[in-house]
Amino acid sequence: MEEKKQNNRIMEVKDITLRFGGVTAIEGVSFDILEGEVRAIIGPNGAGKSSMLNVINGFYHPQQGEVWFNGQKRGAMKPYQIAYQGIARTFQNIALFKGMSTLDNIMTGRFTHMKSGMISQVFWKGKAEKEEYENREAVEKVIDFLEIQTIRKTEVGKLPYGLQKRVELGRALAAEPKLLLLDEPMAGMNVEEKEDMSRFILDVNEEFGTTVALIEHDMGVVMDIADRVVVMDYGKNIGDGTPKEIVSNQKVVDAYLGVSHD
Amino acid sequence: MTDNTAVLKEYSTIWQVLEDNAKKYPNFPAVREKAFGIWQTWTWSDYSKNSNNLALGLIELGMKDKSPVAIVGNNRQQLYSAMFSIQMAGGIPVPIYQDAVAEEMLHVLQHSEAKIIIAENQEQVDKVIELGEKLPNVEKILFLEDKSMRSYESDDIIGIQKALELGANSSEKTLSEFEKRKKDQTSETTGVILYTSGTTGKSKGVVLSNANILTAASGAISFDKLRPGMEIVSYLPMAWVGDFIFSTCMAPLGRLCINCPESRDTLMTDLKEIGPDFFFGPPRIFEGLLTSIMIRIEDASTIKKRLFHYFMNLAKKVGGDVLEGKSVGLFNRALYALGDFIIYGPLRNSLGMSRVSVGYTAGEAIGPEIFEFFRSIGINLKQLYGQTEAGVFVTMQPDGEVRSETVGVPAPGVELKIGENGEVLYRSPSSFVEYYKNSKSTNETKDNNGWVATGDAGFIEDVTGHLKIIDRAKDVGKLSSGEMFAPKYVENKLKFYPNILEAVLFGKGKEKCVAFINIDLSSVGNWAEKENIAYGSYQELAGHPQVYDMIENHINEVNMDVSKDKMLSGCQIDRFLVLHKELDPDDGEITRTRKVRRQFVEDKYSDLVKALYDGSKSIKTETKVTYEDGREGSISATLEIRSAKLVK
Repeated sequence: MEEKKQNNRIMEVKDITLRFGGVTAIEGVSFDILEGEVRAIIGPNGAGKSSMLNVINGFYHPQQGEVWFNGQKRGAMKPYQIAYQGIARTFQNIALFKGMSTLDNIMTGRFTHMKSGMISQVFWKGKAEKEEYENREAVEKVIDFLEIQTIRKTEVGKLPYGLQKRVELGRALAAEPKLLLLDEPMAGMNVEEKEDMSRFILDVNEEFGTTVALIEHDMGVVMDIADRVVVMDYGKNIGDGTPKEIVSNQKVVDAYLGVSHD
Repeated sequence: MTDNTAVLKEYSTIWQVLEDNAKKYPNFPAVREKAFGIWQTWTWSDYSKNSNNLALGLIELGMKDKSPVAIVGNNRQQLYSAMFSIQMAGGIPVPIYQDAVAEEMLHVLQHSEAKIIIAENQEQVDKVIELGEKLPNVEKILFLEDKSMRSYESDDIIGIQKALELGANSSEKTLSEFEKRKKDQTSETTGVILYTSGTTGKSKGVVLSNANILTAASGAISFDKLRPGMEIVSYLPMAWVGDFIFSTCMAPLGRLCINCPESRDTLMTDLKEIGPDFFFGPPRIFEGLLTSIMIRIEDASTIKKRLFHYFMNLAKKVGGDVLEGKSVGLFNRALYALGDFIIYGPLRNSLGMSRVSVGYTAGEAIGPEIFEFFRSIGINLKQLYGQTEAGVFVTMQPDGEVRSETVGVPAPGVELKIGENGEVLYRSPSSFVEYYKNSKSTNETKDNNGWVATGDAGFIEDVTGHLKIIDRAKDVGKLSSGEMFAPKYVENKLKFYPNILEAVLFGKGKEKCVAFINIDLSSVGNWAEKENIAYGSYQELAGHPQVYDMIENHINEVNMDVSKDKMLSGCQIDRFLVLHKELDPDDGEITRTRKVRRQFVEDKYSDLVKALYDGSKSIKTETKVTYEDGREGSISATLEIRSAKLVK
């Protein structure tokens, strides 16, 4: 792959510590995410990866440490305020509205772009009408991009797992985020579905220039698509670098790939 | 019958029709495509403007006069428009099957020497790039969809938008060149080169002149009285002659509006939304539709199921007659009207065929039950017989004369005759000029008087004048009695029974015909389950006496049917056996496209064929088989041989 222009830091987490009661989920972790890169966070189960994503996402508030986004230190914010800043995410266990159609689900991703007032929406005049067209167009672009035209009007609950994952990605994309957080986008998928998903993630990154941070278990996938990798183990950052550097890092190999006990 | 060459007095190329429509009916819809989930319509004026711009763009990009330009992709507004652009700019469109693998594309691209390729998306562009050095001629690739193409873009690989912009701002020189090239074209100029799908050997490029395609289109429009404003859904490959004639030629000439489905998978929804007036599909499409209806009915509630079956029985009895306007008793007519309201109408609607006034099927034999099912619920499905070399149409079924066993009367302007060996020959103003760069094949197929050999054997019915196709000419022979032997004719009749997967008929040069039967495991297995017949293997089921009884009944019925045919009554099956293994491409017995390799089967099972003729009641045999992992083994079996009833 050609060398990407390494731009500014879009996100930086400094010395994050997160505790739940007596349990320390994350301990003094720091790393950064550069604009336009695909950044992977890997680690064994319980290493604190999802918690880390939830910190970035503003869902958890760390007891210690700073989160910098776009060159500004972030204070205490609600998740929706963070969404307005341009951070969108998908979930490890799909969190879609099962009873709604694919189209409507993706439309919910557009809420940050809906600004018309209630009255205008009730009468569907003026701003509301214009917005609806714009939003629908944006959603259709996402549908086209992810090649899910056939399920546009299908209830999401009826879809197979792999497609639901794709719809969830669609909802995050519809927000037109600057930073896209993906929590195990390929969990439970077969090889073909994984390949498709990898392709979409790379396309999002290349076509729209969206910065992607993803948690993933499948090392093969991470090696293929990530520009840089952070490795976590027991809530600590034990390695950071390009996929190549990571696989030759002994600490990482021991923690993640296992040490032989002989 | 109208003279289909009259069209040539008005137009000499198909793009002139487009230009004419743009002038006379600028604001009528011409072509639609779903984008962003909404049907986007181009009027005739938009269509023509786009084609002109792209034509200019192509000249700006260095396209030479009279040069072939390849088009590859799904049915897209822009690709249809490109067909006209290439013609306007003096070139020859060469559409390529979009699902062709790179190797198959290679032959067409090398043979046609296309220098410019217009491709739909990354998938197609990748194939061309993969061929790389094997295609030294290719100079430019134009692509429609930007997706994932960012890193490809160069001076030689460019987006179609850029070509359109180039065209819109083209130089004086290009403009005058464009006018000159347009003026140079006559009705004799090559309009298109269509590569046959090529079941045998490499595909051949069929050259059709402007006169060929204009007359073919005009004939078909008058034959079925198609009216301006009718809708077509264009979903079959653009490289196939049928789609070319329907969507690129008949559409402008008859001012029909073509609709490009959003994707292959959305076809059913798109059909329902558009509700086409004219529909074409190969038999497997109709088979698939029927199966999906049946499965859904099986899942429906008892009341719905009962209603469906009751009214389908009625439709079977009187539906065809109602459709053809023949006399039907008042009671049945009233009942049919009720059925139409509660069953047939909704069914047609869910198939997207509420408005179909003409539907065609062609390509291979369609099962009479399938054919009649669609007709009985009020869809005017008809058969046509044609080939690329004829500009599609050789024969078509006129309204009111539709039967499943014939393929109709000669299409407008077509003369038909039967050659000495029983082969069907035709001559028409629409029949092809030549095979591109292959005069040997041209001379083998087309004689000096313009008669084209179809390679199919058939005959013309005395009373009705309908053509009946019986078999590939090379398979047709004679029994020792001198009666005609046409294996496929009988095999097809057998295969229409769901229980019979394959049948192989022998009898060339013999006194009587004998047959191998392959049962269809899913269908016979299902039946066995219902009948409480236990079986441990395919072999055991195939040799079960009750299965034999069932097959014997089918064969007796077919014999009865065949006996009614004067010419082919000798093809009745005397003795048969049910094979102990399925014919398999891994064993070389059938091709990957499921065509029986007659000679191979006859040689491999020579002991069985011999036993069928020498009167023995059973035969013990040992057969080599290849397993899926490539290992070889053998199975032995004792097969029963039975006699069927012959009808005198």
